[in-house]
Amino acid sequence: MSNLGTAQNPARAAIVGSGPSGFYAAEALLASEQTVLVDVLERLPSPFGLVRSGVAPDHPKLKQPIRVYQQIAESPRFRFLGNVTVGRDVSVEELKGCYHVVVFAYGAETDRTLGISGEHLAGSHAATEFVGWYNGHPDYRDRVFDLSHETAVVIGQGNVAVDVCRILAKTVDELRHTDIARHALEVLAESRIRDIYMIGRRGPAQAKFTHQELRELGDLADCDPIVDPRDLELNTASRVELAERRNRANIKSYEVLQGFASRPPPTRHRRCHIQFFKSPRELKGERRLERVVLARNRLEGGPSQQVARESGEVEELACGVLFRSIGYRGVPMAGVPFDDGRGIFPNRDGRIVDGQIVVPGLYVAGWIKRGPTGIIGTNREDSVATVNSLLADLPKIDSGAKPGADGLTGLLESRGIRVVSYADWQKIDAAEVRRGAAAGKPREKFTRVEEMLELLGQPN
Amino acid sequence: MTTVVTDNCQRCRFTDCVTVCPVACFHGDDEMLYIDPDVCIDCSACIPKCPVEAIYEEPIPEDKQHWIAVNADRAPRLPVISKKQDPLPGAEERKKQLGFE
Repeated sequence: MSNLGTAQNPARAAIVGSGPSGFYAAEALLASEQTVLVDVLERLPSPFGLVRSGVAPDHPKLKQPIRVYQQIAESPRFRFLGNVTVGRDVSVEELKGCYHVVVFAYGAETDRTLGISGEHLAGSHAATEFVGWYNGHPDYRDRVFDLSHETAVVIGQGNVAVDVCRILAKTVDELRHTDIARHALEVLAESRIRDIYMIGRRGPAQAKFTHQELRELGDLADCDPIVDPRDLELNTASRVELAERRNRANIKSYEVLQGFASRPPPTRHRRCHIQFFKSPRELKGERRLERVVLARNRLEGGPSQQVARESGEVEELACGVLFRSIGYRGVPMAGVPFDDGRGIFPNRDGRIVDGQIVVPGLYVAGWIKRGPTGIIGTNREDSVATVNSLLADLPKIDSGAKPGADGLTGLLESRGIRVVSYADWQKIDAAEVRRGAAAGKPREKFTRVEEMLELLGQPN
Repeated sequence: MTTVVTDNCQRCRFTDCVTVCPVACFHGDDEMLYIDPDVCIDCSACIPKCPVEAIYEEPIPEDKQHWIAVNADRAPRLPVISKKQDPLPGAEERKKQLGFE
């Protein structure tokens, strides 16, 4: 037994990524009986991952986990190292030289593509780009979304798809006092979109959105939800699925859809069409997207195993902009085994494995561990499980001294990286809140890394 | 919006719910857990975790309405439960009685 994880020889842990899974891993490490010093590395100067840049601006309540993360960050054994890209500014090998253990928790940074012809036409986008753009994520600051056509199409029926529909459907007045990025609000104010189609390949019993998200589409100031009652006719297998206890949330969504289907004819300026049993087959257009070809599907297979099969019927829908929202994918990291099929780090209980062999000292949590499923809280349970594996392994890990944050910071500064501390972030945070107050918003985010670094100046 | 723990938690207290709460809004006494409505963000992560379906979200059924006040009243005065604990003795038995496999 080594003395690693004692007050005399604290274990030094690096967590790569400062979203929910990173912060919940930090929380669990700091709460353990062993003494662990936790450094959270983040490629942006700002922490909190998708709670900051994924949760929709009109869902302020879902951003409240940030308060919990702020408390975690107050621990004297916690350090934040922002503006540090692992794999570019520092290698995994170098990180292993500075820390006893490394936990990767950087999520699923790219999206799944449709794999159809025309997908790369101008006007065809990943929903994640649009979400990052309206949420002020620096990576998407300069994206251009043309909302001058009257029809927008969203492919997919998860909560991200619903978010995109809702942001497109809302009036500027419904968004003005949220923390939506100013550049996005200005573009949305000029939007000429009247019809938004949210397209799913399977039926209403299989849709992934939650009933809460769905319900909101029925409460918008100037948009009516439209559902074709024929889409709600269930086959036997779907009826069996909906009767299962574990699918009880789906029944609530189904009831919301029934409510939408039985509404009087639409009267509002915009319409959100929620359509099922259709798959995009091709995107068409001369220079940019003009039409999407949709194939009609029918379901085949038994309960919980139904797949969509094209029935042969196709239709074309004229549209000016299309967002694919069919899932996220993790990106690999040099020096770490990767499961390319699933877009995750192969692991056993959070221990990264190379084939059957556990890679000592490397762990994974969150979406890059299990794939992009679940909601914010799901990551807490997931990160705790990884940390339990890590803590159990500590006695077996080489207990030699590691330089931790001091060593890493020295290395990064020698490479000209301006490491952003938690105190630095607090300055950025306060400045954003001040900027927002003037516009009646909870904050006006900085949307460029340079702006944030300029505000900070050189480290003290 | 409100999310509440109700009577099925009594004599069970499985506490699976707390493992997925992103904001640590569960509090507990010896009998059951309660949600602090001022902290809960109504994300519903806890609801499918409960093996006895004790947690309800809006619209809360008529016969469970009184639990809104009970949760709001008791939670803030009790300690936060944020880690899984052992269920109460006899919890498995009670789960069966309540009709859950």
